[in-house]
Amino acid sequence: MSTATATGSGLRLLPPSPVDLADHVRRHGRQPSAQRVLAEVTDAGLTGRGGGAFPLGRKIAAVLAAPGRPIVVGNGAEGEPASGKDRALLLANPHLVLDGLQLVAAATGADEAHLSVRPDPDVHHRLTGALADRGHAGVDLLPVELTTAAPGFVSGQESALLRQLAGGPALPSYQSERVTLRGLRGRPTLVSNVESLAHLALIARYGADWFRSEGTAREAGTMLATVWPAAGAPFVAEYAIGTPLADVLGPPAVGTSAVLIGGYHGVWLPSGLARTRRLSAGDLRQYGATPGAGVVAELATDRCGVAETARLVEYLAAESVGQCGPCLNGLPRIAGALRALADGTAGSGVLKDLRRWSGLVQGRGACAHPDGSVRLVGSVLSTFEREIALHLRGGCSATDHRPFLPVGGGLAALDRRPLLPPAAVRGRRSA
Amino acid sequence: MTSRLRVDPTSCRGDGVCAVLLPELVALDEWGYPLLSDRPVPAELQRAARKAAASCPTLALRLVPDGG
Repeated sequence: MSTATATGSGLRLLPPSPVDLADHVRRHGRQPSAQRVLAEVTDAGLTGRGGGAFPLGRKIAAVLAAPGRPIVVGNGAEGEPASGKDRALLLANPHLVLDGLQLVAAATGADEAHLSVRPDPDVHHRLTGALADRGHAGVDLLPVELTTAAPGFVSGQESALLRQLAGGPALPSYQSERVTLRGLRGRPTLVSNVESLAHLALIARYGADWFRSEGTAREAGTMLATVWPAAGAPFVAEYAIGTPLADVLGPPAVGTSAVLIGGYHGVWLPSGLARTRRLSAGDLRQYGATPGAGVVAELATDRCGVAETARLVEYLAAESVGQCGPCLNGLPRIAGALRALADGTAGSGVLKDLRRWSGLVQGRGACAHPDGSVRLVGSVLSTFEREIALHLRGGCSATDHRPFLPVGGGLAALDRRPLLPPAAVRGRRSA
Repeated sequence: MTSRLRVDPTSCRGDGVCAVLLPELVALDEWGYPLLSDRPVPAELQRAARKAAASCPTLALRLVPDGG
């Protein structure tokens, strides 16, 4: 499998094989000074790669402006079953992430650093080893507290992660203040996705202009994506932002109907449309989509988008932690209605119910879960309109009824697939 | 200074006291959870709004000053 790139400029985050500390230092040199980190990251326009795309420079500035000694947290919880990019990064290149964590700690004057990783023995083992190597080599100013995130779709949401680190349950909380002002134990807290930290570690070394040499004018750099082609094995790869989705997905090996962009809180777009668009927030915004944390999945024509989405929404409803009434009441009803639609047992009022319940759930939770879930539902209603009409008459055009994307026991699902050993990491394809 | 109603969705149990005390600004959804008017609480309803917030069994309802 090739790791060559179209531009020949080399991979940024995903090396061809796993990197140990000696390799890492040979390739990138020792950890640079944190003095210019804020300025360079701001100039670079680095945005969060956990899905929120918030400018990291602004986050660092907010923490610096807040009273009190800051805490930094690397977020590698990656609760989405279809996403494997943080796992791939942590397995292949942990020292880049750990450099980034040290650099934001130094840049903000933090005296406490945490790294939360998904409940995955391989990742935990890899990070334990990497941290021990750094301890022996004495490269870190600050010890890093490694934590295993609670399993679950919402446990990686910022407020849930911080509650877990504070010794509480990994449940989102209703926040009136930003965690950059008052986060863990009331202190200013910078929570950043692990991929963002890895980019930051490179920006600190090579500068904003280097970072901007990939990507688009408005969205700089590269991003990791977890790609689920309609046929064949899923994989993680690094792309310049703005790469055509047709290049990300590759030539279709089978007939395809739609592309899910942005994961289970994302949207379905018809394949014909998606394949003319690019992997960038600016290019997808007009369709209500965003690359999010980089999950891109294409559905084969012989599978049913309604049944597939019903399965995903059943999972999302089960993953509601039930703290907020509208989510607790709305998502199971929405999931039930989609299931009835998929099974051909829905009454004529099902679409009206789905739209009304979606409206009642929207904007009424403490975390992003209800809004993200109904975004997915809204997109299935428009993208699979014809399939839905067929289902309302008791039909279904699918011939392959096997599940496509993983739900529940996401890790088990990943393990069953040949996903993400570093050797399977593909090279970035540039625009 | 104007203020608006906000609810902490993690504390709200859908008791519905707010909708009884302040029907002008609070409706209930089909599961009994409050749908709040997003307009500023008018002067003549300030007292009723404060009473509704104070009467919420879980103190989920809040009167939040704009910009605060």
